[in-house]
Amino acid sequence: MPRVLMCPPSHYAIRYEINPWMKITHTVNPAAARRQWDALSSLLRRLGVSVTLIPQRKGSPDMVFTANAGIARGRTFIPSHFRYRERQAESAAFTRFFKRKGYRVVDAAKGLYFEGEGDLLSYRDMLWGGFRYRSELSAHEKVSAALGKRLVSLELAQPRFYHLDTCFFPLDERTILYYPGAFDAYGRRVIRRFAENPVAVGKADAHRFACNAYRVGRKVVLNEVSRALKRRLHALGYQAAETPTSEFVKAGGSVKCLLLKL
Amino acid sequence: MKAQKNSKFSETLLLQGHIIDSLTFSKVLDRIMERGGRFSIDEIHVGQRKNERSRALLQVGAGTQGRLDELLKELRNLGAEVLEKEDVRLAPAPKDGVFPEGFYATTNLETWVRLKGRWVRVRTEQMDAGIRVNRARSSAETVRFGGVKRGDLFVIGHHGVKVVPLERPRDAALFEFMTSDASTEKPKTVFIRQIADAIRQTRRQSPPGKVLVVAGPAVVHTGAHKDLAWLIERGFVQVLFAGNALAAHDLEADLFGTSLGLSLTSGAVTHGGHEHHLRAINLIRRVGSIREAVKRRKVRGGIMAACVRKKIPFVLAGSIRDDGPLPEVLTDVLEAQRAMRRELEGVQVAIMLATTLHSVAVGNLLPARVRTICVDMNPSSVTKLSDRGTWQSIGLVTDVGYFLRQLREDLTR
Repeated sequence: MPRVLMCPPSHYAIRYEINPWMKITHTVNPAAARRQWDALSSLLRRLGVSVTLIPQRKGSPDMVFTANAGIARGRTFIPSHFRYRERQAESAAFTRFFKRKGYRVVDAAKGLYFEGEGDLLSYRDMLWGGFRYRSELSAHEKVSAALGKRLVSLELAQPRFYHLDTCFFPLDERTILYYPGAFDAYGRRVIRRFAENPVAVGKADAHRFACNAYRVGRKVVLNEVSRALKRRLHALGYQAAETPTSEFVKAGGSVKCLLLKL
Repeated sequence: MKAQKNSKFSETLLLQGHIIDSLTFSKVLDRIMERGGRFSIDEIHVGQRKNERSRALLQVGAGTQGRLDELLKELRNLGAEVLEKEDVRLAPAPKDGVFPEGFYATTNLETWVRLKGRWVRVRTEQMDAGIRVNRARSSAETVRFGGVKRGDLFVIGHHGVKVVPLERPRDAALFEFMTSDASTEKPKTVFIRQIADAIRQTRRQSPPGKVLVVAGPAVVHTGAHKDLAWLIERGFVQVLFAGNALAAHDLEADLFGTSLGLSLTSGAVTHGGHEHHLRAINLIRRVGSIREAVKRRKVRGGIMAACVRKKIPFVLAGSIRDDGPLPEVLTDVLEAQRAMRRELEGVQVAIMLATTLHSVAVGNLLPARVRTICVDMNPSSVTKLSDRGTWQSIGLVTDVGYFLRQLREDLTR
C-alpha cells in the first residue's frame, strides 16, 4: 500500500513572497484551503493510499507542502536544508517527527541547499535532480551518493517552476510528463535522452500544475487540467482524478507538493 | 580541446558527479566560452558504470578578476567547486642579508602572491630575488640579498604564488618572433630597422617609454661612439649603463683621438698611445668629475659629453681590472646595483651593446616585459644573456659599429 505524509493546513497562509506565485495581497481563504486539502486527502485514502499526518507548526505556513521536508527511503530520512529563512524552521519539525517514528536521519546534504522531493524525483533506477532556484546541484550529488543511485541533473530555467516537481512528473517506468518551457536546451536534451517516453505538457496545463501530480495505480491525481491532457493520459492508460488545489496554487504548490512519499 | 592557461586571473575548478549524463560538463565549458573566459582541462575521469561518477579538474581564467568572479559564481551554480588556493607561506629572514631556508626565488615575470585570500601583485619584478611581504599593508616586493633585514617575512615554497607569462604582442613586429636564437644568418638590416621602429614607438607613447643602453668599450674601439652620442643627443636614449672602460675610452677618444692608443681615424699605433686612457682618467680625476670636465669644456664630444649635456642619467659600475677609476664609477657593486635599479623605472627597451657581463647583470634586473636587444660580435655573448634567464631578449650577432651606424641611419629617416 502506498504511503504518504501530509500536513493539514491549520496555519496555512501567504505571509511572504519567495516565488513568483506568492503575493501577500493574494490572500488565502482558510476554509476553502481546508476543504481542498480534505478533498485531496480523502481522495487519496479512497484510492488506497495510507496517509500519515504531521501537525503544522504555527510559524511555518508552507509546512503543508510536505514534499519539501526531505527524502524518505525505507527507514531512512534525509532532511532538507531550505534556501529561504522563511522555511528553515520546518526542518527541525520534520526531523523530530521522523526521529520519533524511528527513522534513521542521515544529513547527507549538510551545508547545502536541498529541498527534498520537491527537487529530487525517482524514475526507474535513477534520480532526477532539479537545481538553481532552491536546491543546489552539489546537494543532489551528495544525496544520490548516500542513496547509491545514479543522478541526472536538470537546471531549472524559469522562476515560476522553481522546484522540479512543478514541471516534471515521472508517471511510470516509461513515461515522463514535463513542461519544456521550464528547462533549457541542455535539460530538454537530457530528458529526451533518458526518458523512454517523454510527454511534453502545454503552457496552460503547466501553469495549472499539471506536472505536480501523483499516481496511484491507474489514477493520476492532479489539479483541474485541460481536456486534451486528460485525453492524453487516457491514451497512456490512465485516468485523471482531478481535485481542485487553487488555494495552494496561490503559494506555488499543488497535489505533489502537498505530500511526501514514505 | 581549447586550452589556455595563461589568463591573468584563474582558478582551479573541480566538477564531479554525473556530469556527463546531465550534460553539466558540456554546459560548464559552453558557459565559460560564452562569457569570454578560457579553460584548460587538467584532468578528467569519466565514470564507466552507471553509478560511477565522473570527475574533471579544470583551470578557468578571465581577463579581469571581476569577470572571473562572475563566471565562477555561475559555474558554482552548476555544481563546480572552486578549489581553495592557499595563501603564500612565509618565514622570517634569519639574519641581515640571508633569506629564510626554502625562499621563493623570483623570475623576471609579473608575479602575484595570495595574501589573506586576495591576489596581490609583487612590486618591481626582477629575477633572482626573494619576495618580501608586508602583512599589515598587504603588499609584496622583490628584494635581493643586500636588502634583506633580519625578521623580514619572505615567501617560502611555491604555494600561493602565481606567475603571469608574457603575452606575445599582437602586431607582427619585431618582438613577435621573440627569440634568443643568436644567428649570424639573420637579415640584419631588416632587424635593425625594426629596432628603430620599436624605439620610435616607445618614445611616442604617453608618457614616453625609456630606452636604456648598456654599452661596452668596443663601442668606442669600433668608432661607433659618435653614433651613440648622436642617438643620445637626439633623445633616443634615456639611460646609460656602462663600466669604467667605456667612459675612459670615450673620453680618450675625445681628448686624444685614440682608443686604447690606436688612432680612431688611421688605426695606426700612436706614440705613447697606450698611456692615453690613463692621462684621460687623470685629467678627469683632477677636474673632479666627468660632469665637471664637460661643463668646463675640457671634454666636448663623445658619449659621456652627450649624456651630461642632455642630462641623461648614467651609471658607471666598476670592476677589479679598472684603471683609475673615473670619479663617477661606483666601486661598491651593491651600490651600483641599487643605482641601476633606480634608473630602470619606466624603461621599455634595453639595448645591450658589446658587453657580456654587464648585459647579464642588467638583464637580471629587468622585468621580462622590457624588450631587450643584445648586439655582439660573439654569438656566445648573445646566447649567454638568454641562458642566464633573460629569455625575452633578441640576439643580433654583428659588429656593434655597423649596428649603431645602421640604427642611426634608420632613425634619421
